[in-house]
Amino acid sequence: MITADPKGVLTGSHYLDGDHAVAEGALAAGCRFFAGYPITPSTEVAERISARFPLVGGLFVQMEDELASMAAILGGAWGGAKSMSVTSGPGFSLMMENLGLGVMMEVPTVLVNVQRGGPSTGLPTLPAQADMMQARWGSHGDYEIIALSPSSPQECFDYTITCFNLSEKYRVPVLLMMDECVGHMTEKIVIPKAEEIEIEPRKWFKGSTEDYLPYKPDDDMVPWMVKVGDGFRFHTTGLTHDERGYPVMSAECQKDNVGRLVDKIRSRVDEIVILEEEEMEGADVVVVSYGISSRVAIPAVERARADGMKVGSLRLVTVWPFPENRIRELAGQVKAFVVPEINLGQICLEVERCAAGRAETILVPHAGGWVHDDEDIYQAIRGGAK
Amino acid sequence: MSEAIEVARTYLRPGKKLPTVWCGGCGLGIIMSAMLRAIAAIGVDKNKVAVVSGIGCTGRMPTYVDFNTLHTTHGRGLAFATGVKLARPELTVIAAMGDGDALAIGGNHFIHACRRNIDMTAIVANNQIYGMTGGQYSPTTPHGKRGTTAPYGNIEYAFDTTALAVGAGATFVARSSVYHAREAGLLIEKAIRHKGFSVVEIISNCHTSYGRMNKFASPVAMLEWMRDNSVSIKAAEHMDADALEGKFTRGVMVESDKPEFIQSYDEMAERVATDPAAVANVKKVIQSYDAMADRLKPENG
Ligand SMILES: Cc1ncc(C[n+]2csc(CCOP(=O)(O)OP(=O)(O)O)c2C)c(N)n1
Ligand code: SF4
Ligand SMILES: [Mg+2]
Repeated sequence: MITADPKGVLTGSHYLDGDHAVAEGALAAGCRFFAGYPITPSTEVAERISARFPLVGGLFVQMEDELASMAAILGGAWGGAKSMSVTSGPGFSLMMENLGLGVMMEVPTVLVNVQRGGPSTGLPTLPAQADMMQARWGSHGDYEIIALSPSSPQECFDYTITCFNLSEKYRVPVLLMMDECVGHMTEKIVIPKAEEIEIEPRKWFKGSTEDYLPYKPDDDMVPWMVKVGDGFRFHTTGLTHDERGYPVMSAECQKDNVGRLVDKIRSRVDEIVILEEEEMEGADVVVVSYGISSRVAIPAVERARADGMKVGSLRLVTVWPFPENRIRELAGQVKAFVVPEINLGQICLEVERCAAGRAETILVPHAGGWVHDDEDIYQAIRGGAK
Repeated sequence: MSEAIEVARTYLRPGKKLPTVWCGGCGLGIIMSAMLRAIAAIGVDKNKVAVVSGIGCTGRMPTYVDFNTLHTTHGRGLAFATGVKLARPELTVIAAMGDGDALAIGGNHFIHACRRNIDMTAIVANNQIYGMTGGQYSPTTPHGKRGTTAPYGNIEYAFDTTALAVGAGATFVARSSVYHAREAGLLIEKAIRHKGFSVVEIISNCHTSYGRMNKFASPVAMLEWMRDNSVSIKAAEHMDADALEGKFTRGVMVESDKPEFIQSYDEMAERVATDPAAVANVKKVIQSYDAMADRLKPENG
């Protein structure tokens, strides 16, 4: 780890909404290339970056659409920059093909989705958490991805930096899955001094140009990276490829290539995943939540505890990869999982799969447009505790 | 050693097995060597060249050439190249695109790249068909010609690639054909030297798909068609519409000066950093939000 470049760090206390905090998080993380296309409720990120970048040596470009934005941030990363784009549902859909290209080319980059109600144009100005499965499975083919979900402006700042760090470490596009509430909620945030911010540097190859194989994995299964234009004259492609990056159309190569893309993440889930747990000891019911819903659940959890119920809370800061092991472990100890999410059942399916019938999984659905009524979450906890 | 062999030795990837994936006699090989001759003539360091492509037969071109090469998704080569160039402005960035890649699925990126004027070169290999997928009609398939998805003749109308590029604001636009291989190389050279976004369309032969369906007996017949149905821009000036019917023009259509994007961005950044009014304005952008939020604090009513 190294520390942040002070040029981008706006040290001090601020009142910012989540969108602006993401912009500052990106600046602090060292992001210096941004390509995007305006869409509510994410646009403020682009606006702030367009104002801030020229002063810190960053390059901002507004592309013609999200297809272009996603392609451009991959190109920017190969050019050596830390890159990012920001969008919401409709744009997220357009980015899926090139998100897959980023996975295949193993490009460190960050993509933020400030979720709004869908499908289609849906509820442009109102919240949802209904792109969670799209985040996992939206591009075609087999792959693994990393996605985090912040619940406050402070976390938007902090976890944007984490997203950049994870993307560098695992060489994979990392998603920050926000929602309109968090994006537009204004709170105090504290931006630390640059020397207190840890930054994962790119996995730069240090050997000679003759020895470089762009897709030869290191011990951690992640290959070393170089910049376009530094003398390596490598090839990269979205086609299934060998260690040289050259296309090979065979089942064996597919197994090696895609197998590694999946394994480099799957084999290190516990190292990647960030969870926040509370009062798990002896819990009968565990509320599993993420993003804004984890804050909305707090009063319901507290009320249930006051009523004598044993309620633990498990907050998924990292939603993907899914913390399968922890849910499996808990399933043997608790009666029920309660999953409030602003969709009609997405992450609860993962919980249910890992619980495998050993504990009940109770979804508290919400179609989007607002957050849950905590009464609904309370009633679900009561049902689970019986 | 002949020029061609010298260029091949210097610029084709040593570790990459030949032959290419292309059909024998395909025009794409001629376009690739025209591009290499242009780079050789300019003498730019191989390490400082990036060739980006989308998907298609043309999209395979980067695989063989000894530069930094990035083979992306169908239609998105230019958008990807935009990121590469903006992150590393000192590189010579070339996007190699098929007609479908550049003008159908990537058409929006194409016109916006023309408008944005980033210093890159787009080489559009126009074989008037979707070659890689087996000969479906493309946005440049002439009206009435056949494709596997236009078995009774194409009822749509073709784009004029260079007119489109000119209309969209490209600052260098040229066209040639694989029959005119030397001219094609010289035009690509001019395009790369041009400061700003440049487009070179090279009419190419896909005898395997387009030729077979449209009664061209061989690659040679297609090259002869290019010879007999193209007119240099100079000559075209003295010809009327009737005489030009069914023919394409060759040469430089536009060569103009317009501030290049990165140059303009750097100037803007310089202005923002040094002009006190601009600095104050950025501060305002940052602080106004804090101030507004301050007013919204419950303790402030
Ligand atoms: C998103 C997407 N749609 C469709 C395809 C299938 N496809 C691959 S190449 C191609 C057409 C290629 O035609 P062109 O761009 O003219 O290149 P050529 O092969 O003629 O050089 C198509 C439709 C694809 N790869 N990706
Ligand atoms: S299919 Fe057509 S364009 Fe593709 S390699 Fe063969 S001749 Fe060339
Ligand atoms: Mg074509």
